[in-house]
Amino acid sequence: MPDRDIEIELRLLIEAIYLKYSYDFRDYSGASLKRRVLHALTQFDCKTISALQERVIHEPQAFMQLLQYLTIPVSEMFRDPSYFLALRQQVIPVLRTYPSLKIWIAGCSTGEEVYSMAILLKEEGLLDRSILYATDINPHSLEKARQGIFSLDNIRGYTENYQKAGGRQSLSDYYIAAYDGALFDKALRERMTFADHSLATDSVFAETHLISCRNVLIYFNKKLQNRAFGLFHESLCHRGFLGLGSKESLDFSNYAQRFEAVQRQERIFRKL
Amino acid sequence: MNGSFLDPAPRLADRRFDALVVGASAGGVQAMLELFATLPASYRLPVVVVLHLPEERHSRLAEVFQARVALRVKEAEDKETLSPGVLYFAAPGYHLSIEQDHSFSFSREEPFHFSRPSIDFLFESAADVYGEALAGLLLTGANDDGAAGLAWIKRRGGLTLVQDPADAQVPTMPQAALARHRPDFILPLRAMPSVLAQLDAAPC
Ligand SMILES: C[S@@+](CC[C@H](N)C(=O)[O-])C[C@H]1O[C@@H](n2cnc3c(N)ncnc32)[C@H](O)[C@@H]1O
Repeated sequence: MPDRDIEIELRLLIEAIYLKYSYDFRDYSGASLKRRVLHALTQFDCKTISALQERVIHEPQAFMQLLQYLTIPVSEMFRDPSYFLALRQQVIPVLRTYPSLKIWIAGCSTGEEVYSMAILLKEEGLLDRSILYATDINPHSLEKARQGIFSLDNIRGYTENYQKAGGRQSLSDYYIAAYDGALFDKALRERMTFADHSLATDSVFAETHLISCRNVLIYFNKKLQNRAFGLFHESLCHRGFLGLGSKESLDFSNYAQRFEAVQRQERIFRKL
Repeated sequence: MNGSFLDPAPRLADRRFDALVVGASAGGVQAMLELFATLPASYRLPVVVVLHLPEERHSRLAEVFQARVALRVKEAEDKETLSPGVLYFAAPGYHLSIEQDHSFSFSREEPFHFSRPSIDFLFESAADVYGEALAGLLLTGANDDGAAGLAWIKRRGGLTLVQDPADAQVPTMPQAALARHRPDFILPLRAMPSVLAQLDAAPC
């Protein structure tokens, strides 16, 4: 394929997806998006992006399949344990002063992050007064998150992470082995609300005290990143907290001056 | 042929380069220390490096290099705009790409050739952005990462340099590159400084 054609076809595909399904990938980082689409071509057995576009427009199933490539649905429990440890040590003491808590996990993928957060809150005695909103654009991921079943193969790594994150008990207190996986406690799930919500197209739905949005913003360009920060700023209550992924920052956004670092190393910020 | 210019030697004088991307794995730290120590503080091109290393050793790269080279050295950050005369290292655990607006972007796709960051990802994205104004250099290393990316740089009109496998501490990576395309230069390390210096000379 001539190089210029690829750029044209890619733009048309993204536009087609937006027009047909209202999923807006137009302001995602270009390099990674291009690689993921080209990778999907081989999986779909399509010769060109145009051929893929035809299928995506006429077969909603094909679009759902493509969405799995476009969204990078990978996660871990207590991913970057030092982040959760910092939340425990520096954010929880402040959250404790509120009579009720609303926490937003934006881009929750298959749920590992929101279950980690719920366990942390439970151990700090705050779960009963918390609501956790977990949002994503990938319905398959949200469905998995709702089930709260994670592969037993990964549990060992998660257990290690949990301990490094300052876990007070044993991770196995929170799940039972079932359906070839670890089924997490229903009591954790009762405090969670899962919703289809896009940082690219939707607006704020609640006032929150803590937002954790990790490993999502790297896939956005600066414009879209600014949009997301705008939503977070609007949703957070006075002096609310924002946690980002370990390589994400506010530094290159329009919001650098509107948050202060609580723990720069762990990317935990507070609304000014 | 032992590390000579390819015949005919490409003319660099009338070309303008805006960025240099470099990839290496095993043996790369030593080779790059030697090479980058020759670049003057006034070097105009941003230099972006992917070096495969175990994650724990990675984080000290910028520090180690800063002590030995005149350029400013730092780890690349997501959404940061590339500046002239800065030597950037890719962060461990993330793929590094360059976007059309000349800023970095990170991603966490699966490792490629067992590597994250992947040299191919950097090279291909940089070629898409800089085209003819890009120079790519592949040094010593123990796997195939970078070979496809370097060929892509060439295809997009950029300049490609490969370390002479006979001169490389580990020849696999340069050999893989030579199997994919005919680069503009095949050079031993000691002959590279003069070429890198020429990349900086703006055309009249
Ligand atoms: C790599 S996962 C991160 C999962 C988790 N936060 C973590 O750090 O482990 C990225 C998630 O962002 C979601 N995502 C992508 N675009 C989004 C958007 N516009 N709005 C909300 N979520 C989005 C993807 O569907 C995917 O589940």
